[in-house]
Amino acid sequence: MLMKKILPICLIYLSLIGIGCKKKGDGILIGEFASLTGSTATFGQSMNHGIQLALSEINQSGGLLGKQVELKVEDNQSKPEEAKTAVLKLIKQNQVVALLGEVASSRSLAAAPEAQKSRIPMISPASTNPKVTEVGDYIFRACFVDTFQGESMGRFAYQDLGLRKIAVLYDVKNDYSVGLAEYFEKTFTALGGEIVEKQSYSEGDIEFRAQLTTIKGKKPDGIFLPGYYTEVGLVARQARDLEIKVPLMGGDGWDSAKTLEIGGKAVEGSYYSNHYSAEDPSETVQNFIKKYQEKYHEVPDAMAVLGYDAAHILFDAIKRAGSTDGKSIRDAIATTKDFQGVSGMITMDPQRNASKKIVILKIEGGKVRFHKSLEPS
Amino acid sequence: MSQFLQQLINGLAWGSIYALLALGYTMVYGVLRLINFAHGDVYMVGAMVGYYFARWMAGGSSVPYFLLVLAVSMIACALLGLLIERFAYRPLRNAPRLNALITAIGVSLFLEYFGQYLFGADPKFFPSLLPTWEVFNFHGVILNNIQLVIFIVSFLLMLALRYVVLKTKTGKAMRAVSFSHTASYLVGINVNRVIAWTFAIGSALAAAAGILVGLSNPKIDPLMGLVPGLKAFVAAVLGGIGSIPGALIGGLIMGVAETLVAGYLSSTYRNALAFIILIVILLVKPTGILGKSTQEKV
Repeated sequence: MLMKKILPICLIYLSLIGIGCKKKGDGILIGEFASLTGSTATFGQSMNHGIQLALSEINQSGGLLGKQVELKVEDNQSKPEEAKTAVLKLIKQNQVVALLGEVASSRSLAAAPEAQKSRIPMISPASTNPKVTEVGDYIFRACFVDTFQGESMGRFAYQDLGLRKIAVLYDVKNDYSVGLAEYFEKTFTALGGEIVEKQSYSEGDIEFRAQLTTIKGKKPDGIFLPGYYTEVGLVARQARDLEIKVPLMGGDGWDSAKTLEIGGKAVEGSYYSNHYSAEDPSETVQNFIKKYQEKYHEVPDAMAVLGYDAAHILFDAIKRAGSTDGKSIRDAIATTKDFQGVSGMITMDPQRNASKKIVILKIEGGKVRFHKSLEPS
Repeated sequence: MSQFLQQLINGLAWGSIYALLALGYTMVYGVLRLINFAHGDVYMVGAMVGYYFARWMAGGSSVPYFLLVLAVSMIACALLGLLIERFAYRPLRNAPRLNALITAIGVSLFLEYFGQYLFGADPKFFPSLLPTWEVFNFHGVILNNIQLVIFIVSFLLMLALRYVVLKTKTGKAMRAVSFSHTASYLVGINVNRVIAWTFAIGSALAAAAGILVGLSNPKIDPLMGLVPGLKAFVAAVLGGIGSIPGALIGGLIMGVAETLVAGYLSSTYRNALAFIILIVILLVKPTGILGKSTQEKV
């Protein structure tokens, strides 16, 4: 009886000693939290692949500050509350010097306050919601924000495609979609275009014919559709069923094989913005794809590229800081300028967002083709 | 005007799906006085069975192939309905009605989350079993064959159901059981078997709705039955729960009303509308459009 009560206490005690005695490695320890399992598992896995590739590169070239770089990865099961726990564990228990993660804005937002509190710099590879880096001065991102994405598509629609009357169909339940629609509208109307109709749906809907029929009545010459890939394909099919033949446009939420699988012929001739294109002829991009394919035998998606870039921005900053102290690394990341990443020339702006080019892709012949890239104005 | 007609067509096609689902609710309620909340999830299983069977067959798109997938899925779901009735509801036949209702919610959650485990949570693309073409295009008012098929299949199934209930021996037994379990038992009707039949037929209709929705809106996932299930329930109440033509009328009204609200007001009000309709009916005509009022016996 006594044994039963004492044993767990002993075990807890022993494990505490274990933590206390944990020998800090000789290398530089970096923490990564990612959605390796759960509903958006592909996001986390791609990002992890990109980061691992960057890690092996830096260690092959001799590491940083004369030490090898080590990576501690924590899975958050695609849940915001787990992301917070994972980051606390990485900071308190593993005592990492910096953090890499997350793809989804909701999970970055859950974890960022902990990093800020402990003064540990954190770089999110792909969270595009503006709020993420507003948490504090230790939080950065390696991608553009939704404001830039919406503006770019607005400019592209008006100047490149020559569209003047556009209808918007957005997901009213999704902050990302609402934000993109708003920034698109602002830019497009400022240029002199007209938003002839604004309709909404809710994530998970499968019937859009009512909204599309109303849109058809306004005779737009393009439709902006800033949703996730789960709905985009269906919307496109139903639009074509109703004989709406104008081009569709969207943001990086379209970036999935499912868009083409569900949309089929209906998404032909559509445009969407993204962080990178595998068809970009530049040497940096093609070299990266070659290295990535050698290691993982697949074409990297945007999340892998952003994970890779985020890791290299961090390595570059540690090198320039010459120290693993949180404050010095933070200052070095903040002064990143003209850093050659795979997703473009990256400069940290004063709001700690990566300012870089955006890529516009076109769906043509059942494939996603590189159309053009736009530099930040 | 052409826009209004187009919305009407959209609404009728969409409402036919609700009608098919509402038929299942109405049948089970009529016979058992049970609201089978798992019905919407049987509809999901129907779509999933169709998806996996069609992928396994890889038969392209033609009318016989579509009918084959429809039949397979309906039979599979009829069996599922029998299983649910046998293991979840029959042991509770003599328990208070609330117990059966809670069990129904349990079965619904089980199907949804076991479905997520089995099929995965990511949406799947339902194959196009029928080639699509336009049936008519009148000044921009378009009706395609898929919408027409949904409408016709729903209508035929409702007629078949009406025939079964009114003209066959099983149907007669169903009506007897819905009148009184004890009295039916006394005149020699196998009540359990009649109830099992009711579940089998209701579930087969849900499977048909699942396949039809897969044709017109080809994205299916394990939680797809949740909201349509609730709305079909409202449609059944609207038409008069227990009444077969009532379920059809309720479903169509629901579909058209939703489409008009989403088209002319905002899609955000779409789901709210269903429940506003429910509240109004419960206040104004609690028995629904075609429902008969029954006196509570003391």
